[in-house]
Amino acid sequence: MDNTVIDAHNISKIYNKDNIPVYAVNNVHLHVEKGEFTALVGPSGSGKTTLLNLIGGLDLPDEGNITINGKDITQMSPSELIDFRLKNIGFVFQSFNLIPVLTAKENVEFIMQLQGIELKKREQRIYALFEQIGLSDKLDSRPSQLSGGQQQRVAVARALASKPKFILADEPTANLDTQSANNLLDIMYKLNQEEHMTFLFSTHDQRVIDRAKRVITLVDGRIVSDTAKQNLPA
Amino acid sequence: MWIVQLAWKNLWRNANRTMITMAAIFFAVLLSILMSSLKTGIFDNLIKDMVGYYSGYIQVHQAGYWEEQLLDNCFEENSEIQRKIRSHSQVREISPRLESFALASTGELSKGCLVLGINPVQEQSITHLSEKIVKGRYLSSNDLGILVSEGLLKRLKSYVGDTLVLFGQGYHGSTAAGKYPIQGVIQLGSPELNDKTIVMPLALTQDLYSATNMITSYVLSLQDTDDLMAIQSSLEKKLGKAYEVMTWQEMMPDIKQHIETDSANMKYVQAFLYLLISFGIFGTLLIMMAERRYELGMLVAIGMKKSKLSLLLLFESLFTVIVACILGILASIPVVYYLHKYPIRIYGEGAKAYERFGFEAVFPTSTDYHHFVNQGIAVLLIGLILSMYPVIKIIHLNPVDSMKK
Ligand SMILES: Nc1ncnc2c1ncn2[C@@H]1O[C@H](COP(=O)(O)OP(=O)(O)O)[C@@H](O)[C@H]1O
Ligand SMILES: [Mg+2]
Repeated sequence: MDNTVIDAHNISKIYNKDNIPVYAVNNVHLHVEKGEFTALVGPSGSGKTTLLNLIGGLDLPDEGNITINGKDITQMSPSELIDFRLKNIGFVFQSFNLIPVLTAKENVEFIMQLQGIELKKREQRIYALFEQIGLSDKLDSRPSQLSGGQQQRVAVARALASKPKFILADEPTANLDTQSANNLLDIMYKLNQEEHMTFLFSTHDQRVIDRAKRVITLVDGRIVSDTAKQNLPA
Repeated sequence: MWIVQLAWKNLWRNANRTMITMAAIFFAVLLSILMSSLKTGIFDNLIKDMVGYYSGYIQVHQAGYWEEQLLDNCFEENSEIQRKIRSHSQVREISPRLESFALASTGELSKGCLVLGINPVQEQSITHLSEKIVKGRYLSSNDLGILVSEGLLKRLKSYVGDTLVLFGQGYHGSTAAGKYPIQGVIQLGSPELNDKTIVMPLALTQDLYSATNMITSYVLSLQDTDDLMAIQSSLEKKLGKAYEVMTWQEMMPDIKQHIETDSANMKYVQAFLYLLISFGIFGTLLIMMAERRYELGMLVAIGMKKSKLSLLLLFESLFTVIVACILGILASIPVVYYLHKYPIRIYGEGAKAYERFGFEAVFPTSTDYHHFVNQGIAVLLIGLILSMYPVIKIIHLNPVDSMKK
């Protein structure tokens, strides 16, 4: 059985700065399999966000193809893409992931409502998810009543709630203190180990890089190294 | 359903803004209903004063009478022409009149006046003249007394029971003169008419002017006054060239003119009001969309269909507009009814300006339900159109751009 979830081929994204073309992503090949826990690293401006946006179907590449779970997302119409994202990809952004007027529980429930999942199943799943992120006591808190770390954990729960093929997280710990960052990584790692959830996250935080199983390094939009930790000498 | 709930919660994320928007729409609706009902109320009142109590909506004269309003241009009352007029389905009642001028004198004071000879019974069904009696009693056909308008009575320094002498020129150059007891006082809405009108039974008037059986006009009461032109032209056909059929607009072009100018002015004021509300609503929508830019981008990014997101925003603005409109309409009802019952009245210099034009300085509102419905719908439509702004923004939303800091 083919375990490929992400297959990006020769993708490039070009922006024009003062009429000079700038390659934010330059001829990238990327292959991600189910169960990976991969970090995308590189200095600021190296193209991490741009690459994640392309893989997540938020943006279209100027060159190349991206296949997610066997489907070429570069051929989809904008509305097909939205639906595809809902059904296949979980997103965790750097901050402001949540709808401020909804409680933590309602925020997680929201994505399942978008998917048209019935109430009973939603409820079951919500309690299990909050158990997993360790916030069973914060179900009815508004985002403003949660710490940054707690908000990010709820965002992970929401990403997970939609049962995606993989979760994309763009610098999920960038705004967190060390303990919260560790805590979030623990949860993500556990979900990866226990549920084989695939994670692809960008970061320039060494604490996070250390936890990744595979590290892909970007410089000026190019992949300059791609290393799997298992294969490294101890 | 959850979209409606979310819309509801979003409305209160900035409660002040929502309340201010709603208040603006509320007052706009209230004000425009009030303006529209005042406009119609004032004109209705004006028309009632001049048309309802005096000219009637349509009159029939001998051809040429209106050009030259002389007693000599009167015609003989006959059942044939009455039958023809009555045969029109829209004609409810007709009333003959003999109208002319005279000098009214008490012995010490003399004033020029308009003499209106009427059939008290038939006139009653058209102009409800008896309702205008403020002292004394209304006429009956065989009475030998007269009704004097309040202003004229004052100018003549007379009272009910006093006798007036009327002098004038009768039919075909004869002399008209007679002594008549004042049997009642009428108060006419039009200040001009109120200062110079004498009303007396038709037979007595014909006697005064030596114009037996003659009348100057038939005043018509109609079932429906909306399409006067159609009624006029069909009556003209029935009656032939010997008679003229005139609408009140033709007989009193100044009033028609005045109403038209005022209506136009009112429309500008109303348009300005609508513009103001539009900018108010649009401004809040603009700010709201700017504030929620990131969040809306995030929602599309995680997979919320643009149609659903548009629906969410539509619910939010529609709720605001509809509730504010309904509250505005509800609040306007007691105000409009109160001002209908207790109309605004201008005194002093302002009032004189109106009276110079022959209008009473009284401004009642019209309680016609159209004002509530039309103004409510107008503001609602504005709200609906402006609610398209968030929808258009959503259609063009790009999640990557929206989420950029
Ligand atoms: N919308 C845009 N218009 C122009 N240039 C952009 C745009 N988005 C990103 N870039 C450029 O692309 C490059 C990569 O940016 P980004 O993907 O945000 O990097 P990172 O996430 O690694 O910091 C940068 O040079 C950035 O200035
Ligand atoms: Mg970035």
